[in-house]
Amino acid sequence: MADGVAVTGRIRDGRSGDGPGPVAVLAGFARALRAAGVAADHHRTRNFLAALGHLDAADGRDVYWAGRLTLCAGPDDLPRYDRCFAAYFSASFAAPRRVRGTTVSVTRPVAAPYGAGEPETSGEPHAPAATASEAEVLRHRDVARMSEAERREVHRLLALLRGARQPRRSRRYRPSSHGGAADARRTVREILRHGGEPARLRRRVRGTRPRRVVMVVDVSGSMAAYADTLLRLAHALVRAEPRATEVFSAGTRLTRITPALRHRDPGLAMDACSAAIPDWSGGTRLGEEVRALLRLPDARGAIVVIASDGWERGPADLLGAQMARLSRLARRVVWVNPHKGDPAYRPMTAGIRAALPYVTDFVAGHSLAACEELAALLAGDRPVRRGGAEDA
Amino acid sequence: MLRRTTTISGIDAPARLAELLDHHDYLADEGVTTAAYLALRMGRPLFLEGEAGVGKTELAKTLAAILDAPLIRLQCHEGLDAAQAMYDWDFPRQLLHLKAAEAAGVADVAALEGEIYDRRFLIARPLLRALETQPSVLLVDEIDRADDEFEAFLLEVLSDFTISVPEIGTISAATPPVVVLTSNRTREVHDALKRRCLYHWLEHPGFDREVAILRRRLPGCAERLAADVARAAGRMREAGLLKPPGVAETLDWTEAMLTLGAAELDPALAAATLGALLKHREDQETVRAMGLLTPGGGRG
Repeated sequence: MADGVAVTGRIRDGRSGDGPGPVAVLAGFARALRAAGVAADHHRTRNFLAALGHLDAADGRDVYWAGRLTLCAGPDDLPRYDRCFAAYFSASFAAPRRVRGTTVSVTRPVAAPYGAGEPETSGEPHAPAATASEAEVLRHRDVARMSEAERREVHRLLALLRGARQPRRSRRYRPSSHGGAADARRTVREILRHGGEPARLRRRVRGTRPRRVVMVVDVSGSMAAYADTLLRLAHALVRAEPRATEVFSAGTRLTRITPALRHRDPGLAMDACSAAIPDWSGGTRLGEEVRALLRLPDARGAIVVIASDGWERGPADLLGAQMARLSRLARRVVWVNPHKGDPAYRPMTAGIRAALPYVTDFVAGHSLAACEELAALLAGDRPVRRGGAEDA
Repeated sequence: MLRRTTTISGIDAPARLAELLDHHDYLADEGVTTAAYLALRMGRPLFLEGEAGVGKTELAKTLAAILDAPLIRLQCHEGLDAAQAMYDWDFPRQLLHLKAAEAAGVADVAALEGEIYDRRFLIARPLLRALETQPSVLLVDEIDRADDEFEAFLLEVLSDFTISVPEIGTISAATPPVVVLTSNRTREVHDALKRRCLYHWLEHPGFDREVAILRRRLPGCAERLAADVARAAGRMREAGLLKPPGVAETLDWTEAMLTLGAAELDPALAAATLGALLKHREDQETVRAMGLLTPGGGRG
């Protein structure tokens, strides 16, 4: 087998005197994987070597599977693993099997030009017309029209946002000192402790868990003036409930950026975001991206926040169909459009018109005050009201 | 004919395991075989992820059949706690015992106290049962549905294969059970748990294997029909459906068509039985619009 030859060669080389030993070669592979972003720590590397003890370490396919089964931890790791395996053991080596259907990226031609209807692309960002007089406070100022110092101040305040969450009821019970149904198990246990004499009736109630929020931030060219602020808002939400928040960036493809936003420091988190998002300032295909989001399990029962101006490059009916499904799956769908801060704004583009009937809340998010309102909305989680369409 | 009982030591190569899996009608590819083989040989839990219907649970069942061991299943759900997963005291029986002792006028209180925490009053739930049954296959199904707190707790059991009961002491397995964990990825499972396990991502079978599975499971299925179904299913999985069909669904669909007397993919019969394959109206419409319900449909 050609595959086997390539790997054997590499490992045998290791055995021949001057080079590193076979264990070093395999550990080096794990190191290369770590560099490629797979969490192949020493524990996993040890498992890898142990697994090879049960297989044929001179067979390329056995080495491939032993590594894949022990060093990888998720479907996202698999394409990286395949690439790394091929590169490390032989330039001509192809992994036994191509991994299909495991990425969430939606691809489209990156070089597609902006279509008609796209706002001006040069100079002044297309911020809403001046709604704020010079006298108005910073919190109501449009972030797109701020000086660098003012923006820094807003970012500082955003980092202090609490991002509280309306709890949902959990299936899990917890003991309660007052109220709730009788807890038979704990009561009987209590009786037992008293030698069979009836004791105090114990009660239990359902616990609560924070409701999940899934936020999609449009990072395409037309949102450039707001993306940074909205990502900082997302950071505050992730920091508030790290286990119940997922954030994706939407540009030419949907990218999960939650891990990047877990950094405590907002600056570091923004740096990590910049590194993680491959498609800043491109176009948007929201329809396909919402479809990609629906393939992931995150949206069910969650509050989905889509931050976009709705300049849709794809077909509007696709976006409409996906939004319809999203509205059936999610608890509520909040659409954040920075342009809504402008009183003169009317949702005229095909994309936003297709999406609005399925949106629960249509909010602005162009200023600090608007971001605070959005956070309060998530914390309040008012009963679902299908009110988006009335704005159209 | 293969021996009825197989022990783990008898499975000395992945090829041998593949043979046994095949004998039990589980047609495994190289990845699944190697994963299961290493899990058996290394005594490590096998963590299986993949879309619904790719055969994760089925693998655990087949391993149990191969080892002629009971399959002990722990179905995870939100709110699953130690008392439901590990063990619980049989409180009513303990109370009864106390009352009976009282009626009989037992005076030795210390001995009585020891008696009510006897092993016979302990109810073994799946995890404890798996440690006490040898050999056994423990299936922790859909771990992603349990709370994340539950994982920390499972981690302890799966790393040492011991459970400590404060009143009795530590109960440990002489030989650890074969453990299979499955996840549908509705939630990211904690890395500490995955690290103890062998990780395998299961995919939908390729064309050839799906044909073989259909023919093996449905003896009346003609080669022609199996090939048509596998080809159509393969294309549906690439068509961006809300819920691409899994093997379980293609089996149902083929069986439905067989029941109606099909020998090949007949468009009318296929349309009539489509509900066995696709469970979303939108998907059914997409598939009809793409013309995937005719043999060789959807091309050009």
